[in-house]
Amino acid sequence: MANMTDTLAILLILTNFRLLGSSRLWSCIQTVAIQAVLLGLLPLLTNPELTLRVGMILAGMTFIKAVVLPWLVRRSAREVQVKREIEPMVGFTVSLLVGVGLLAVGVAASRRMALPSQLSSPLLVAVAVFTILTGLFLIVARKKAITQVLGYLVMENGIYSFGMAYAVQEPFLVEMGILLDVWAAVFVMGIAIHHIHSAYDHIDTDRLSALKE
Amino acid sequence: MFLYVASLLALAAGAALSIPLFSGRWRWLGCALAVVGSGLASLAGLSSLVGGAGWDLVLPWSVPMGSLHLGMDGLTALFVVPIGFIRALAAVYGGGYFRKEPNFRRASGSWFFYNLLVLSMLLAVGARNGLLFLVSWEMMSLSSFFLVMFHREREDVGRAGLTYMVAMHLGTAFLLVMFLFLSAGGGMEFDSFAPAAGTASVIFALAVLGFGTKAGLIPMHVWLPEAHPAAPSHVSAVMSGVMIKTGIYGILRVLTFLGTPLPWWGWSLLLVGAVSGVLGVLFALAQHDLKRLLAYHSVENIGIIALGMGAGILGVVYGSTPIAVLGFSGALFHVVNHAIFKSLLFMGAGSVGRAAGTHQIDRLGGLLQRMPATGSAFLTGSAAICGLPPLNGFVSEFLIFSAGFLAVVSGGPLLPVGTVIISSLALIGGLAAACFTKAFGIVFLGFPRSGDAAAATESNRAMVWPMVVLAALCVTLGLAAPWVRFLLEPAVSVLLPDPSGAGLLGPVVAALWGISAVGAALIILTLALFWLRDRVLAGRIVRVSETWGCGYLAPTARMQYTASSFAQPTVNMFRMFLRPKQTVKEPDGLLPESASLHTHTDDLFRERLYVPVFTGVKRAASLLRWLHQGQTHFYVLYIALTALVLLTWRLW
Repeated sequence: MANMTDTLAILLILTNFRLLGSSRLWSCIQTVAIQAVLLGLLPLLTNPELTLRVGMILAGMTFIKAVVLPWLVRRSAREVQVKREIEPMVGFTVSLLVGVGLLAVGVAASRRMALPSQLSSPLLVAVAVFTILTGLFLIVARKKAITQVLGYLVMENGIYSFGMAYAVQEPFLVEMGILLDVWAAVFVMGIAIHHIHSAYDHIDTDRLSALKE
Repeated sequence: MFLYVASLLALAAGAALSIPLFSGRWRWLGCALAVVGSGLASLAGLSSLVGGAGWDLVLPWSVPMGSLHLGMDGLTALFVVPIGFIRALAAVYGGGYFRKEPNFRRASGSWFFYNLLVLSMLLAVGARNGLLFLVSWEMMSLSSFFLVMFHREREDVGRAGLTYMVAMHLGTAFLLVMFLFLSAGGGMEFDSFAPAAGTASVIFALAVLGFGTKAGLIPMHVWLPEAHPAAPSHVSAVMSGVMIKTGIYGILRVLTFLGTPLPWWGWSLLLVGAVSGVLGVLFALAQHDLKRLLAYHSVENIGIIALGMGAGILGVVYGSTPIAVLGFSGALFHVVNHAIFKSLLFMGAGSVGRAAGTHQIDRLGGLLQRMPATGSAFLTGSAAICGLPPLNGFVSEFLIFSAGFLAVVSGGPLLPVGTVIISSLALIGGLAAACFTKAFGIVFLGFPRSGDAAAATESNRAMVWPMVVLAALCVTLGLAAPWVRFLLEPAVSVLLPDPSGAGLLGPVVAALWGISAVGAALIILTLALFWLRDRVLAGRIVRVSETWGCGYLAPTARMQYTASSFAQPTVNMFRMFLRPKQTVKEPDGLLPESASLHTHTDDLFRERLYVPVFTGVKRAASLLRWLHQGQTHFYVLYIALTALVLLTWRLW
């Protein structure tokens, strides 16, 4: 089982790198959806006794994160006719290099943390920290509002996998709370993006600073 | 206990029913319940003082660290009585004051906050739990803020409200820290307060800063001269009369937690009191706005109270019970007295303002003939606040004076204490007399200086009767000095290290009887002189002529003394502190066309202390403006960096 968990962790790392290195919005959205599916598989491996209730929560959450939210983001992207991230704050090659640094931070942090013994996989904590940092980095380094929404989703995925790594009794409770937040955030941002676009003809957040007093 | 709880319920109901759900027919309800609730509270306090019975009441309250623990002892009762009594009278007055208020919804809202303010004050002085105290304290600040903001469309009112709000919150910040120190040993219950060794001085300093802001001790007084003139008059009456006294209550209550006081506590209170008293009355002298003048007099009277408390503490420190008893009882009696005459004076000022449309002293004049009831009540209040016999102000100042004289006689370390008290009280008394000669003389005597003042008429009965009652009380308490001690003794015994209860004021009973006798004689003599004058004048022709006519052929009202010219010699003597600003346009040439004089006195502490400090804070804050790029990226970057730093800091 541990072998399978490690495989999933490595796949998650790869999805993060793809997010950091890709300029196409469609592939980024796709990657986020893939990440969500991978995370949905994770508890099947870490949590051997799967009850019907847990299974249903899991299925619902994966459905929202892998299908509904990407669909919402994709729809707003289509509405505002954005296909790629042009002129990001930090270039794609540099982003990949930063990603390596972030991964190092994640691994180092996971080594230092006082972790409970029944940890499913030590690699998973490192991946979780890495994913959270990747999400934050995406928000900071990209200009388009849609990429920033994706950053929030990635960050949420990171928090979720952190909870999974601990495999505590009911990690879903916390997860559902966060999911609600992200759900609302994506919804609001989708509407906001639409309005910003119709008002200003662009969705570059750095140019929105003209709105400040 | 039953009365007290009933009054709390009545006030809560009054607050709830003032929300303008009901149409005009029920608008008296908020006012009426405020009168009933406050009156009940006053009775509750009085019955506890007379019967000597305290009580404790713990109600369930599911707040961490908090408990709905109310209690009544001598100290609480002595503050509950004036709170309830003055607030009931002020509510009657307010009913009259708002009678012609066109904005009926706003008046209803005002009654909501009025009820809430009485409720929170009663809770604050009755609370026996730190959290409950802080909650009611904050409720008190907020509801009084909304009361001050009644005429919110006026720009000066907005500024005054802001000053008040900032001052109150800074004060509460000190109190929060103080309660943290106090509860270091255990919970937030007053009974379990056991401050760690060595923190007592810190706690005392925090209490003086925090409670002193509410009380209006210099230099924390800056909100008073702003907020009092801005508020409706019955609100300024209760704020100045009773609300600022909760600050005094706070300092006294904290003293009971701290055990044996240190000498510097008493000294600092003594000095702050002397400075507040003298500077307060000096600034009052230089004011042109009647309500602003009264606000500075509150600073002065709080200074007198602080002098008494300082004497009390030093009496305890140096083991002289008589001085401690005299100091504390003088301070406490002055709390009650100031509540009576200061609310009377504010009501008088409000009555004048309603009738003449202005509080500017230099636009008034000759009002005694037009408003005889208001004028006589104001005169009584003025004489009482100056500490003249046979009125109540004299008795409390007499008690503090006797503490001072006793200190001088006993010598040793107490000698300077007595010197400070006697010299500063004497100076304060003299200046206060000068100031109220000015206020009463310019406003009520002479000739009207403006058309509005000439057209003034007496206020309605709801406004006049509370003033008459308060004026009568000034006389009664002045004459009833020997009996008042029974009300003071339970409160003073709470403050002494070995509470011995009744008979504390025994040594001065003879002197108090003397005061009563002289007071009664004075009143009889005055009446006799009036009777004699009437007898002498009967049957003769009495010619009525202009006041200060001085033989001019065609005197006009503008030839009279103005407030500025009346106060000018004294203000000039103290210009070092007051720094009055003058704009003079001197008459020019042989046939001058025009000349003018304009004087203005800013608050020294506001201009020299707070304005520079707050400008500095603003400048320091603007140094950080570059952090505010206005771009989401940067804010998220700050969050991410903070998270990373925290992660590394905890892990390495």
